[in-house]
Amino acid sequence: MAQECCEPQVEAVHEGDRRVVLAGNPNVGKSAVFHGLTGVYVEVSNYPGTTVDISSGRLGDMVVYDTPGVYGISQFNEEERVAREVILQADVVVNVVDAAHLDRDLFLTLQLLDMGFPAVVALNMMDEAKANGLAIDVAALSEALGVEVIPMVATRGQGIEKLREAIGRARPGRITPALQKLLPQVTPAADALLIAEDDEDACRRHGMAVPGTREEVYRLRRERADEITAKVVRETTEGASLSVRLGRLSLHPLWGSLMLIAVMVAVYYILAVGVAQWVVGITEEEWMGGYYIPWITALGSRMLNPDSFLGKGLFGEFGLLTMTVSYILGLLLPMVLGFYLILSFMEDSGYLPRVAVLVDRWMNKVGLNGRAIIPTILGFGCVTMATMSTRLMGSQRERTIASFLLSLAIPCSAQLAVIAAMLAPLGAGYFVLFGLILFLVYGAAGALLNRVLPGESTPLLIDLPPLRWPNLANMLRKTFLKSKMFLFEAGPIFAAGSLLISAMDAWGILDRLQQGLAPITEGWLGLPRAAANAFIMGFVRRDFGAAGLYDLSLTAHQTMVALMTITLFVPCIASVMILLKERGRKEGALIWVADLVLAIFTGGLLHRILLVF
Amino acid sequence: MTLDETRPGQAFTVLSIADEMARLQAIRFGIAEGARAICQTVLPGGPVVVRKGKQEMALGRSLAHRIQVQPVEG
Repeated sequence: MAQECCEPQVEAVHEGDRRVVLAGNPNVGKSAVFHGLTGVYVEVSNYPGTTVDISSGRLGDMVVYDTPGVYGISQFNEEERVAREVILQADVVVNVVDAAHLDRDLFLTLQLLDMGFPAVVALNMMDEAKANGLAIDVAALSEALGVEVIPMVATRGQGIEKLREAIGRARPGRITPALQKLLPQVTPAADALLIAEDDEDACRRHGMAVPGTREEVYRLRRERADEITAKVVRETTEGASLSVRLGRLSLHPLWGSLMLIAVMVAVYYILAVGVAQWVVGITEEEWMGGYYIPWITALGSRMLNPDSFLGKGLFGEFGLLTMTVSYILGLLLPMVLGFYLILSFMEDSGYLPRVAVLVDRWMNKVGLNGRAIIPTILGFGCVTMATMSTRLMGSQRERTIASFLLSLAIPCSAQLAVIAAMLAPLGAGYFVLFGLILFLVYGAAGALLNRVLPGESTPLLIDLPPLRWPNLANMLRKTFLKSKMFLFEAGPIFAAGSLLISAMDAWGILDRLQQGLAPITEGWLGLPRAAANAFIMGFVRRDFGAAGLYDLSLTAHQTMVALMTITLFVPCIASVMILLKERGRKEGALIWVADLVLAIFTGGLLHRILLVF
Repeated sequence: MTLDETRPGQAFTVLSIADEMARLQAIRFGIAEGARAICQTVLPGGPVVVRKGKQEMALGRSLAHRIQVQPVEG
């Protein structure tokens, strides 16, 4: 999303306010602890220059910050960089730990203590640990760490009150003893540790050379974490809870694949049938088309001459107050909400990393690893945002491949809505054919890039959280937040595009472009001349292009060719801007031209193949 | 043997990880060199899922091939 609109609106910090920072591994219930501590008044904003959001709220005279879940404080990816920045500003750190995965989580805990922060450990998910047959000696853990440990079940509010009190008593814990000899004599203590861990920023700040001791520090810390775990965790039964067993089943070669197919079919029905047809049918056709547009058009014609420049721009076919409002509220909003709700569900339930494992083998074929499923899914929501999210990938090579495939063969939610609406009357066969062709183009382009680009892609290496039923309030919160940000970004671009088209129409530029493109649209693609209109609008916004085809009364054959060309064609202007910014001007422009050529080529080819049948 | 050659249910000790980033990440997850773990699942042609205690993690096939392990009895 655009950065300008999202300056960090963190709670106003007053001089002397203490900063409490929540830190923990992913999926340990940090946001439940955060909301338990701060209540309902929470600010959420993008961290400047990133796609990562940071929440902040107040607890008495303290400001509480939530950070992205990380396994350690370093600069391995964007989320770690953000977490590191926020944690380094902390007066007190509340380390949220998953009681069922103590050995993993203690690595971060010990790292925070080694940095010298006054801390409290929130030992969350005690219920899950118990269900998995684990008993934890809380007093011994607290003794070993040197800080208070508060057992909790944050989703049910258990332990929140005790944690709140303990924050006031936070104190620095025990530093890993064997580490002393590796720490340079600098202050603050956090910098000393960062230097010992080869952190380039910290070394530069203190004018020191990178010592190359990171792996040794990591090993010493891991040894201590394992020792502590062995001392405080006792397995009472061999039992694996239902969620653990279900999690294992979800990766079974056969059952896992069947489960994935079932999930995909369910998602398809919810989005393509439920939202795109049923909900949008009500919001766009009944509410917008039936009530709003006739009303606003009648109102407009009383105030302005409908044939004047302003009249057309505001109330005409592509008008700001007619088409723009109708598409944003009637079409985009329901799709975006539905999409983000499903993504939140997959994320919070722990199913998303399992999808990454299941698709890893196939993603390797296009030079990506299973984690690329996240930008891919996001791309079906918004290609612009997905292109930014490629920052989480391990190498520039993967970012190039992913950005190209996103801009070429992944239709965004706005476009999908139009594709679904236009293909629906043609029957299921056309859906399958359309999906198949898109899949082929995706695979062929990716495989080719993987072959010609130098270097190697990074392998998959992920932690698998247990499957759990997501917290509905958290899911809804995330959905509304992301949808709001999306619409705030999409709205102005949509409006500007609408005005641009009206102006081009009024000045006759549209006609001339249509004439100029006629050999391509009519000759090569076999479409009516006015289809060029839709292609040009596609520059302004991807879904505009597809939406412009609505009115052309195309045959089934023409619909397929036109939709395919427009899907592959060019991403919307916002995604082009992001592409140029993320991949550099040269590479970005190259990707754009490649999209154009491939779209027109594939469209024409499809036209000729369909003629045969 | 290498990790991609293990079968589900096989217990092993990690001997070496020939990839620096993966080695650091594995230390964080708790599956460092010297750690004892169990092969949970092998997806056909795909990643290997290993388990240490309650902790499960997935490693891509090419990475699993660069990890030397020593099988141990159950």
